[in-house]
Amino acid sequence: MSEPRSAEHPVLQTHGLSIRFGGHVAVNQVSCAFHPGTLTAIVGPNGAGKTTYFNLISGQLRPSAGRVTLYGEDITALAAPQRTRRGMGRAFQLTNLFPQLSVLENVRLAVQSHAGMGMNLFSVWASHVELIERAEHYLYRVKLADRRDAPAAALAHGDQRKLEVAILLALDPDLFMFDEPTAGMSVDEVPVILELIHEIKNQGDKTILLVEHKMDVVRSLADRIIVLHQGELVADGEPAQVIASPIVQQAYLGLVGHE
Amino acid sequence: MIRTLLSGDYPRSRALSVLLLAILAGLALAPFVFPGTRSLDVAAKVCVFILLVASYDLLLGYTGIVSFAHTMFFGIGAYGVAIAVSRLGPSWGSLVLGSLAALACSALLALLIGVLSLRVKTIFFAMITLAVASFFAILASQLSGFTGGEDGLTYKLPELLLPGTKLLQAPLAGVEINGKIVSYYLVFFAAAALFLALLRVVNSPFGRVLQAIRENDFRAEAIGYRSVFYRSAANCVAALAASAAGILYAIWLRYAGPDTTLSLDIMMDVLLMVVIGGMGTMYGAVVGATLFVIAQNYLQDLMKLASDAAAGIPFVPALLHPDRWLLWLGILFILSVYRFPAGIVGKLRSK
Ligand SMILES: Nc1ncnc2c1ncn2[C@@H]1O[C@H](COP(=O)(O)OP(=O)(O)O)[C@@H](O)[C@H]1O
Ligand SMILES: [Mg+2]
Repeated sequence: MSEPRSAEHPVLQTHGLSIRFGGHVAVNQVSCAFHPGTLTAIVGPNGAGKTTYFNLISGQLRPSAGRVTLYGEDITALAAPQRTRRGMGRAFQLTNLFPQLSVLENVRLAVQSHAGMGMNLFSVWASHVELIERAEHYLYRVKLADRRDAPAAALAHGDQRKLEVAILLALDPDLFMFDEPTAGMSVDEVPVILELIHEIKNQGDKTILLVEHKMDVVRSLADRIIVLHQGELVADGEPAQVIASPIVQQAYLGLVGHE
Repeated sequence: MIRTLLSGDYPRSRALSVLLLAILAGLALAPFVFPGTRSLDVAAKVCVFILLVASYDLLLGYTGIVSFAHTMFFGIGAYGVAIAVSRLGPSWGSLVLGSLAALACSALLALLIGVLSLRVKTIFFAMITLAVASFFAILASQLSGFTGGEDGLTYKLPELLLPGTKLLQAPLAGVEINGKIVSYYLVFFAAAALFLALLRVVNSPFGRVLQAIRENDFRAEAIGYRSVFYRSAANCVAALAASAAGILYAIWLRYAGPDTTLSLDIMMDVLLMVVIGGMGTMYGAVVGATLFVIAQNYLQDLMKLASDAAAGIPFVPALLHPDRWLLWLGILFILSVYRFPAGIVGKLRSK
């Protein structure tokens, strides 16, 4: 396997990133760099600030302090859509779809966004067959092709999680952010998602951030683990090393308690 | 051909197709099958309101924007023509100039309102548009030297469009072909073309984004669509179409005044038409506007007949008195919303 590429050129970097909600500091001074071709697992007990950290990175929230840089460029002031257009993609922990639109349309909208076609006013959407075919391809990859015409709201929970991932794939980002992608899935559905993450990782040039509770999953996929605890980054390193560290044993125990 | 015209968005219901074809045929042949000044007036108003209501559906039904400024844009179109023609004379040049000025003014104003206030919550946006529209109505009545105030403006148009202009020596199918007929077909074809253009917009990649924003704007942003930007663009397109409807109405009436275009009563009518027809369907605008305008114009006649017929029975004639027409329309409205929450089009499609 390749060494993490040159430390000077991370894809994404957070610099002293913090946010407070009222008196509560949900993310506290988190500085971290993420390099191309790596998969970093972010672990920590519920309420540790993992999702909030993601929201700060992908632009759903603005930090109280600190900066986010993408390829060295400061993007702290950019809104979520602009960050998406620069190659960030996010799958949400709480499923977040277009409920009344069809499964296919949910994905096709992401494909259309990636193709930069949103401001096309005078062609018929259905005439852009290539967008539809690409959307179908992503549905096929998450094994949802047979549900393409159902409204997203009609899907079972596990299928909605798959659709969430299909939308992320359709954005074809450089930086993938998965927030507990397998949470609430039945045991036989989990491998589909893990296999996909594996495939993305094997492309070699994609950067992946993965929030995940299941330690066996983390161990098998991650190149690196960072641990958040009460909003702070408390451990960072090789998976085996981090998992063995006392602070993680403690946090991990806490985490098991929450599962 | 039909597929291209309808942008692949078919009525998807046999009953609806029949209804739409009947409306289309009725409007296309109105001068011949419904001769008479009043019925032609109703037909022209139906054409204009189909366009106006369809453009409102783009906002309300497709994008989820509640705006009360829609008749303001309708008014800008009508006054643009009225002011230009009464100041610069009844030439085609001033008609075109007035129309273009009105469209430019509407687009600019819509963009301004959109960019400044579409970030706020739906209800606040509705309030802001209400304030702007009221301000505009007051402005129009105060600047009476310019707009004719409460009386509005009456003006002449290019000769070809005047009722006194005969085009054929002999009547055609029993109807005299004069400038009024020319005006009617100008209104009819322009409204039809613009309706089809709106149908195209809602079925375009852009229209799909609007529906995504209506469904879940947070998610739409996360996949790369800036919702303020798209909402503003939708606001602009709708304003342009509303102004075009105003321009056509001004051509038809040769009059522009607060009561025919700017008033909030018309805004309410538009809201009723879109809801009765079925929001987010475009065809709902056709059905809703047609039924509403016809009811508005003939319900009173019908009630007078019924009231006279019921003479002698206590209470009933009073209840059926033509002045009560709005009450009956209100009851019809409540019943239809209660019985068909998805509008007539939704009801017909669900069968
Ligand atoms: N929008 C918000 N307003 C107030 N508190 C919030 C908000 N979002 C998250 N929090 C709080 O921040 C903390 C971290 O939450 P979160 O990032 O969701 O944790 P995790 O994803 O690690 O389980 C929690 O205490 C949560 O209640
Ligand atoms: Mg979380």
